[in-house]
Amino acid sequence: MPRLHEIAHCRAGDKGNTSILSLIAYRAEDYPLLVERVTADAVKRHLGSIVLGKVERYELPDLAALQFVCEDSLGGGVTTSLGLDAHGKSLSYALLEMVI
Amino acid sequence: MPKSPLRVGTGAAFSGDRIDAAIALAERGSLDFQIFECLAERTIALAQLRKRRDAAMGYDPLLERRMEQLLPLLGQRRLRVVTSMGAANPGAAADATIAIARRLELPLKVAVVTGDDVLDRLDPATPALETGQPIGGMGPLVSANAYLGADALLPALASGADIVISGRVADPSLFLACIIYHYGWRLDDFERLARGTAVGHLLECAGQLTGGYFAEPGYKEVPDMANLGFPFADVDGDGNAVLGKLDGTGGRIDLATVKEQLLYEVTDPRAYVTPDVIADFTAVMLRPTGPNRVDVRGARGTSRPDKLKVSVGYLAGYVGEGEIGYAGANALARARLAGEIVRERLRAEFPNLRIDLIGSTSLHGRSFDAAEHPYEVRLRVAGRAATAERAMIVGEEVEALYTNGPGGGGGARKYVHEQVGIVSTLIERERVPTGITIRESSRNAKAA
Repeated sequence: MPRLHEIAHCRAGDKGNTSILSLIAYRAEDYPLLVERVTADAVKRHLGSIVLGKVERYELPDLAALQFVCEDSLGGGVTTSLGLDAHGKSLSYALLEMVI
Repeated sequence: MPKSPLRVGTGAAFSGDRIDAAIALAERGSLDFQIFECLAERTIALAQLRKRRDAAMGYDPLLERRMEQLLPLLGQRRLRVVTSMGAANPGAAADATIAIARRLELPLKVAVVTGDDVLDRLDPATPALETGQPIGGMGPLVSANAYLGADALLPALASGADIVISGRVADPSLFLACIIYHYGWRLDDFERLARGTAVGHLLECAGQLTGGYFAEPGYKEVPDMANLGFPFADVDGDGNAVLGKLDGTGGRIDLATVKEQLLYEVTDPRAYVTPDVIADFTAVMLRPTGPNRVDVRGARGTSRPDKLKVSVGYLAGYVGEGEIGYAGANALARARLAGEIVRERLRAEFPNLRIDLIGSTSLHGRSFDAAEHPYEVRLRVAGRAATAERAMIVGEEVEALYTNGPGGGGGARKYVHEQVGIVSTLIERERVPTGITIRESSRNAKAA
């Protein structure tokens, strides 16, 4: 079973206590597989205790990309988190650990 | 007819960004405008604290170093600069810039954009968007700045100033203002504003468009990252653009880097909200047109938001941290034991102590690797307190593990820093009047 890391790349962004994960297929032909397997529910399950709130998914077929907006996932917010990675910059690579 | 295309380039993605990459682009990029976006979420609140200690401070700490190198280039290259380096004190930033111009005997006109500071008119009972709780109840308020739009910058650009200095302005609006001004777009031409906003959004994070925050050996190779080039865009009168970077600089611009940055921090790709426009990025079309060149078009827009977002900073107490490292056999178990010892000793005063095992679970809270045997692990403990003195106890307890904790603990460090929290709220546009003031270094400075 391949990890997402083999077929897609990802960038993490933040707004307050929300983490935004952009998942992009290296090859456009893999995009349908992402749409099928990497659902909002699957991402919420995979990230487990990292994401306490809901996960919303947006589809961007022209970019072969999925956008995941993960609420309540940055330890209370970038500016008051006690965590080391308060922005969640490294969360892109947590998503890419997903086995699909 | 205005010159087309217009070339806008990036000078900084945040306050501490590299200066040499910006100067290279100013020198060799044939730019019309260079934009230095220097305000992250917390930057203004921290600047406000510096301004309270010294009324002449509160602007970007790197402003002087940037201006020293930039000012001599402006006249020679017909380059204009737009920047949010004013932070909490744009007037003082302009004074400091003018002082450098005088010392270098350069004529210079600086326009200061005012109006973003709304702390004096914000009702403390206003609920924060994030929590629904009154903003006045979060902690002592230190700053409240409305995100201004491109419209606030237009009078400054029309003044003919060489440099426009602002406080809080929505990041893409710094770029969009230059494009609107140059082509004379109407402020209700939302289709064009959306395209210009997409360009600004792509450029605002500088190196993040050219391979920064991207590279991964073996998967996403980026050449010569030590000399990563900052990006520019050639924008036509309809807002279509070609992204590029200087020949001879490191990095790469292609579909992969541009896609990552287009979606970066976008909470709804159908509705990316700035003060200027609500832009739909789902229809954006990207097309490579050459080495390190990507054509961008297709963003849509139909309206702008009624209200402006306000970023509110408050004092959130102090954070104390301590770290100590373990290596070799059973490193993980020894680091865990060390964390348990500190937790037990601080339980009463720090019930919400954070314990991280760096090298194992510090970033994602768990390891996705089932067979986990890190050779070395660093314990990190963090806790929040009302005063710096109490916060220091966290690091002291970790340091005491040297002689009271598990075997082989080394390299203890302790830190305390003041924490500033940020929440947001909304404000009616008519309650945020903006203006400009002009500062000039005398024309005969050059002749002298």
